[in-house]
Amino acid sequence: MNKVFLIIQREFLNRVQKKSFLLTTILVPLIFPAVIGVLFYIMLKEAESAKPEVVMVVDESAKFNFENSKKFTFLPLSTALEEAKKTYQETENFALLHVPPFDLDQPKGFAIYTKENPSIEKLSDLENVIENQLHDMKLRAFNIDEETLKKLKISISLKTINLTETGEEKSSNAGILYGAGFVLGILIYMFVMVYGIQIMQGVIDEKTSKIVEVIVSSVKPFQLMLGKIIGIASVGLLQFIIWIVLISVLSTAVMGYFGQKMPQQQMSEQIAGQMGGEKAREAAEAQNSKIMGLFEEMEQIPFGKIAFVFVFFFLGGYLMYGALFAAVGSAVDSIQESQQFQFPITMPLLIGYMGLFLFILRDPHGPVSFWLSIIPFTSPVAMVGRIAFGVPTWELALSMALLIGGFLFTTWIAARIYRVGILMSGTKVNYKVLAKWFMMKN
Amino acid sequence: MDALIAKDVTKQYTGHLALDRVSINIPEKTIYGLLGPNGAGKTTLIRIINQIINRDSGDITVFGEPLSARHVELIGYLPEERGLYKKMEVGEQLLYLAQLKGLSRTEAMARIKVWLEKFEIKDWWKKKVEDLSKGMAQKIQFISTVLHEPKLIILDEPFSGFDPVNAQLITEKILELKEKGSTIIFSTHRMETVESLCDHIALINKSKKILEGPKKQVKEQFRSNTFLVEHRGNHFHLPAERYQLIRQKAVAEDVYESVIRATDGIKGNQVIRELIELTEVQSFQEKLPTMADIFISLVKAEGDEALRKHLLES
Repeated sequence: MNKVFLIIQREFLNRVQKKSFLLTTILVPLIFPAVIGVLFYIMLKEAESAKPEVVMVVDESAKFNFENSKKFTFLPLSTALEEAKKTYQETENFALLHVPPFDLDQPKGFAIYTKENPSIEKLSDLENVIENQLHDMKLRAFNIDEETLKKLKISISLKTINLTETGEEKSSNAGILYGAGFVLGILIYMFVMVYGIQIMQGVIDEKTSKIVEVIVSSVKPFQLMLGKIIGIASVGLLQFIIWIVLISVLSTAVMGYFGQKMPQQQMSEQIAGQMGGEKAREAAEAQNSKIMGLFEEMEQIPFGKIAFVFVFFFLGGYLMYGALFAAVGSAVDSIQESQQFQFPITMPLLIGYMGLFLFILRDPHGPVSFWLSIIPFTSPVAMVGRIAFGVPTWELALSMALLIGGFLFTTWIAARIYRVGILMSGTKVNYKVLAKWFMMKN
Repeated sequence: MDALIAKDVTKQYTGHLALDRVSINIPEKTIYGLLGPNGAGKTTLIRIINQIINRDSGDITVFGEPLSARHVELIGYLPEERGLYKKMEVGEQLLYLAQLKGLSRTEAMARIKVWLEKFEIKDWWKKKVEDLSKGMAQKIQFISTVLHEPKLIILDEPFSGFDPVNAQLITEKILELKEKGSTIIFSTHRMETVESLCDHIALINKSKKILEGPKKQVKEQFRSNTFLVEHRGNHFHLPAERYQLIRQKAVAEDVYESVIRATDGIKGNQVIRELIELTEVQSFQEKLPTMADIFISLVKAEGDEALRKHLLES
């Protein structure tokens, strides 16, 4: 046991003392918020400065009365379609909308001409504008007066409230949950991949430098493998802890800076500036309560539980895949050679990763999400992505138990391959050979 | 007491038998040569002794006790394929390897200093292994093998990679270790090493031990009644029914060296007596077979089952 500790210590110190460790540990927490900040800034700028797209309109039905909005400016043309096309070609306008004479009961034949393929978002925005107008036209056709028509316009935003088992009401925000699941899931995926490959690299280095024969004349191959896996895990944990501390310090500082300037007053002032009087106050109040709600919802998220689940599934997933990466490293003589064996290992991890986007974030409680977060090979990514949405305790317990079983199982398999592989250099290895090693008596 | 006794050790790999009931006795405080062509099974036997792999059957006793996990600290092993952590500093590396062999950090530190001094490389402590030449790295590896003062030292082709000066240095250190009471196993196919250093030898060929014993005794066993004569004038005719002239060459002007083999039963004195009559003898000695001669003839004879049996029985 003492010797395993020595190995852990060497693996740990050797990596932590490297300049690259110091660099990534300090830079990543700086880069992440910086990148997100820059993206946000660009998006905001773009949204602010985005000019409405100009849509030229040939309205042969003469029924439409397009109003300019933030998104679109409409430019009616009185020429025929063919003529209009030529005119459009000479401009840099976004699109040319053609409205043929139509029957209100079965409106069809609308078309837009563009120079480039328009984004789906813009297309559906434009469709919305047309649909709304048609909607109004139909209502008018039923003799509904303008006053009623105005009153009919409704805008709501849903507030989601979870009823817990105890009947307590918790408001939740799908956006925040989505974000949490997204970030945590990707983090697990990245951690397992990055550190798994470090294990593999370490094993290959020991094998190709031939030091391994000296080491295994002092310790059992299993001890060496275990020491390496645990040593690198502690590097990962240390890095993670430093990141958490740095990020929270940084974000508190940043929040503190912007927090005073930005949210309530400034926003309401802005809004007030745009509208006038009574309406402005109402809007400002609505805005305020929305922001307060957001904070309230943030507080409702069980961060302690999420952190625990994250660390558990990080370690479990890492140990499970780490052992497999060690086995692959022992079987090959170089990183290039390892590609063929890496694939079946990264595959289930990748499935978990894809499942995160395709199923878990969309339908966290559906059957596919359930199974992805129960099966040990995908559960580290899937469960961590799902946890923020609330997972029944029995599911969590089952998943954790299976993960423990899973890593014991992969470690057992990996150790059997590893003990033979590390002493075999220069052999051409395929799956048959691996199976033979696995079956070999000690 | 014997440092190591292996009895009927067998190891089967899928497809081939690596060791076939091999038994050896390694007396304490000797230098024991484990000889054999490549692929004979030497490395397998050494790995079994080091408990890197397990034997299928057979018993191994180390200093009177059955081989077990705690014996790794008694053994120092220098594998044929050398290697160290390239990115690690010399000092840290030696400390790590010594601690794995059970030394405390402070004890290891003190001993490393002594050894670095011995090799006059005290200023290497902070050097990284990747910055060392091959010969320099070999020295470090040798130190790591003997640092924990193992009672049993196993050296697999220890001189490969050393220039003559350093080979000499290592030889001295090996002899010193033997003086201090260590038992040394040499695995090699270099006969000059065996000739000059080993007290005992065992020959392994095709997974089987075909010869074992003290070097002197082995040589005695392979005496072929061959004599080396230096004489003036090259014309002499020994009776062909009793003597055979194997080769003759000039060593100086009118001085020749002849190798003659006498039929069994003829003693050296009689040979001298007969020679004096025929030529001017300047020197005369019995030519004992070199280890290389024995090695080659045995490995060649391996195909001949009858001869092998004969050799084992005699």
